[in-house]
Amino acid sequence: MSDKWGQSQIFQNENFNVATHPGEKSDSDPISLMAEGARQMGICNSCRYCEGYCAVFPAMERRLAFHATDLNYLANLCHNCGECYYACQYSPPHEFAINVPQLLGAIRAKSYRQYAWPAPLARLFDSNGLFVALALMFGIAGIFLLATLAAGSGAALFQAHRGGDFYAVIPHKAMAGAFGAVSLFVLAALIAGFMNFWRDAGENLAEFVRPFALTEALKDIATLKNLDGDGSVGCTYPGEQPSQARRWFHHLSFYGFLLCFTATVVGTLYHYGFGWQAPYGFYSLPVLLGTLGGIGLVVGPAGLWWLKSRCDPATANPEQSVMDIAFIALLVLTSLTGLALLALRESAWMGSLLIIHLGAVMALFISLPYGKFVHGIYRGAALVKYALERRRPGLNLGSD
Amino acid sequence: MNDQHGCDVLVIGGGNAALCAAITAAEAGAKVTLLECAPRHYRGGNSRHTRNIRTMHRAPMHPLIEAYPEEEYYQDLFKVTGGNTNEELARHVIRASEPAIAWMRAHGVRFQPSLGGTLHLGRTNAFFLGGGKALVNSYFHAAEMLGVKVLYEAEAVDLEIKDNRFTSAIVKKDGAEMRVGARAVVVASGGFESNLEWLEDAWGPPARNFLIRGTPYNMGKMLRVLHDRGAEAIGDPTQCHAAAIDARAPKFDGGIVSRVDCVSLGVVVNRDGLRFYDEGEDFWPKRYAIWGRLIALQPDQIGYCIIDRKPIGRFMPPVFPGFKADGTAELAQKLGLPVETVVKTVADYNAAVISGEFDHTILDNCRTQGLAPEKTHWALKIDAPPYYGYPLRPGITFTYLGVNVTPQARIKMKSGDVAGNMFAAGEIMAGNILSKGYLAGIGMTIGTVFGRIAGEEAARHVR
Repeated sequence: MSDKWGQSQIFQNENFNVATHPGEKSDSDPISLMAEGARQMGICNSCRYCEGYCAVFPAMERRLAFHATDLNYLANLCHNCGECYYACQYSPPHEFAINVPQLLGAIRAKSYRQYAWPAPLARLFDSNGLFVALALMFGIAGIFLLATLAAGSGAALFQAHRGGDFYAVIPHKAMAGAFGAVSLFVLAALIAGFMNFWRDAGENLAEFVRPFALTEALKDIATLKNLDGDGSVGCTYPGEQPSQARRWFHHLSFYGFLLCFTATVVGTLYHYGFGWQAPYGFYSLPVLLGTLGGIGLVVGPAGLWWLKSRCDPATANPEQSVMDIAFIALLVLTSLTGLALLALRESAWMGSLLIIHLGAVMALFISLPYGKFVHGIYRGAALVKYALERRRPGLNLGSD
Repeated sequence: MNDQHGCDVLVIGGGNAALCAAITAAEAGAKVTLLECAPRHYRGGNSRHTRNIRTMHRAPMHPLIEAYPEEEYYQDLFKVTGGNTNEELARHVIRASEPAIAWMRAHGVRFQPSLGGTLHLGRTNAFFLGGGKALVNSYFHAAEMLGVKVLYEAEAVDLEIKDNRFTSAIVKKDGAEMRVGARAVVVASGGFESNLEWLEDAWGPPARNFLIRGTPYNMGKMLRVLHDRGAEAIGDPTQCHAAAIDARAPKFDGGIVSRVDCVSLGVVVNRDGLRFYDEGEDFWPKRYAIWGRLIALQPDQIGYCIIDRKPIGRFMPPVFPGFKADGTAELAQKLGLPVETVVKTVADYNAAVISGEFDHTILDNCRTQGLAPEKTHWALKIDAPPYYGYPLRPGITFTYLGVNVTPQARIKMKSGDVAGNMFAAGEIMAGNILSKGYLAGIGMTIGTVFGRIAGEEAARHVR
């Protein structure tokens, strides 16, 4: 009788599939990845020790079954901090083989492809390094072409311009036209991706704009609450000891990005609203915002890059790391060339730097919907859904 | 056998009590070596499966709500042990649990409000953020920062004791034996629940059907050595914390998820298809620890919990899906039970159910009448397919057999003497306080309080 319920039976029951390690054989096959996701979440849902770490676990506890849509949502809520892996009594080599950061990382990577618009471009995620490199090359070449066509010859590129007047190299109209067109496409792609996520999560658009949910989500984003353990010591990234490093580097990147974006908006306002032509002085609002943002966008991403290089392979997603680094590298290149352009704008280097900088910006823009940037869109939306769900009645499982 | 790891205080064990002792001794200035017999990944003994610590508090104290005074705590303990506890040690542990929380925090332990489905513990038990393994990780880090030398896969196999004084331990590491000398030793190496032969000595053949919920490394080697070398034993070898868990759980280390939380919402039959105990006697959190023993006393040490569709979504999701059928006969067949008896048991039960107002969050008035044994709460007819069946086994969490200690954690000897430089903490001495029954989270309280006492006294001894 003692062998009646041997261990072999564990895995023969429905919903309880053979343990596979995400990131190995399962991730090439979405169906088995989702089955693995349901298996791991089923175990987590019976344990719940990690409930206090982040939003993933309370969201998990509202469910008894884990379909692909649930897993996509949980995966995009996950900030990949690793706390739950180090705390897990069932992490490999335990036979339950629980590794939530890696599992959700793999599902998240798949979901980016699923939500991409237009759908055929989803494959850009697969060879993201090549895509970003090509985008950069063509971006620089395109801007160069624009500059030479506009000026009639390349001569203006290699001489100094008084006051650092970059419109002498590329006229404002050409610049605004090129970036305006790309931006419209990028915006459309990002919105379509968001819509795909939101629909997949089973929500309708009216819910998204509920003020309380938006406010809560924005607060979570602005503070990176989910990377802060219990609100004091940060998270276990890149290693086992909690640290605030990732949170701070991400803050620098995020707020740096926002400052640069604001600088552009202010510049546009100056141009069209007041008729004030760039270049603006070092102490003008757009340049100050851009400089501060640019510094944040150098230090932040560089720090994240450094952390990533030291990240514990146990929780990492190798298939995502090319995409992560491509995005980080592009951010650093954009901000570095931007700062160099500012510093050297009165010299003969201005034209070359402008072309490289604008090429990098172009590559950054065009790769936004097909790279790491989308994590912000889907995680933000997932946090809105999380805030919505918390106001809805949940299960009453009584006491364990 | 050379002694490259010689130290002031040798701590044997790598769980909560051992770590509290090592940290405290190191902070008092002692040179400490800690022996963990498990590899690094499985370090921490059964502490890695824990999730909270029962804590006395006179006023709200994050994460604990309201108050849990000493007397109430002591009465709770008195009730579960039937009064068979060492009151002096017990009250000492209870009082020291309050300041322990700040000490734990200072050594990296983080807390969280009580977990979903454990609201009844929000007043009495402080939950560790991430559970026991996160606590163990914090303590190992704190110990290493203090210069404690941690040896993994280092198993103490014998102790050299002369005139009630410890001189050195024989330690197996990397296939070789070495002698580790120290001026004091803290033995905090847990019970013997992973030692299947020993369990069988105590329980007889039924022990073969027990599952061990925790670490496979608690072989009780130090417990036996201490008994053999003159330490006074305390406790009954058949007493242990045994819960009813899913029979499909692994033999070892299944931990918390192996629980089955629908017993109070259904009926439980034995191998012969018959009920044997009131499933609705009390809330499951107050009863799960007696069901391990109840099932251990049934033929073949197995039980089967049967529910229908109605309770789904009203209990913590089980990790192993239930066997599912459209009728009780089909379910009995799938579970390998005598079909006619099971069908009759369920029919008799259904016929005896008195309708009431069902509420699984209170002791409701849904019960049976005229059944032996009755089901006194949450008795709803089992008549809404699909039906689900969960096989249950006794799951041993930890054992109570231990060594006798003084309030200073010094080991008492059979001769009546008190050991000069030998201390014990944690599960190996918990039997002084917990002779039978169980109070959720008190194992961690005993380990933390006595770990700190043992570390402090050992360090004082070598100063």
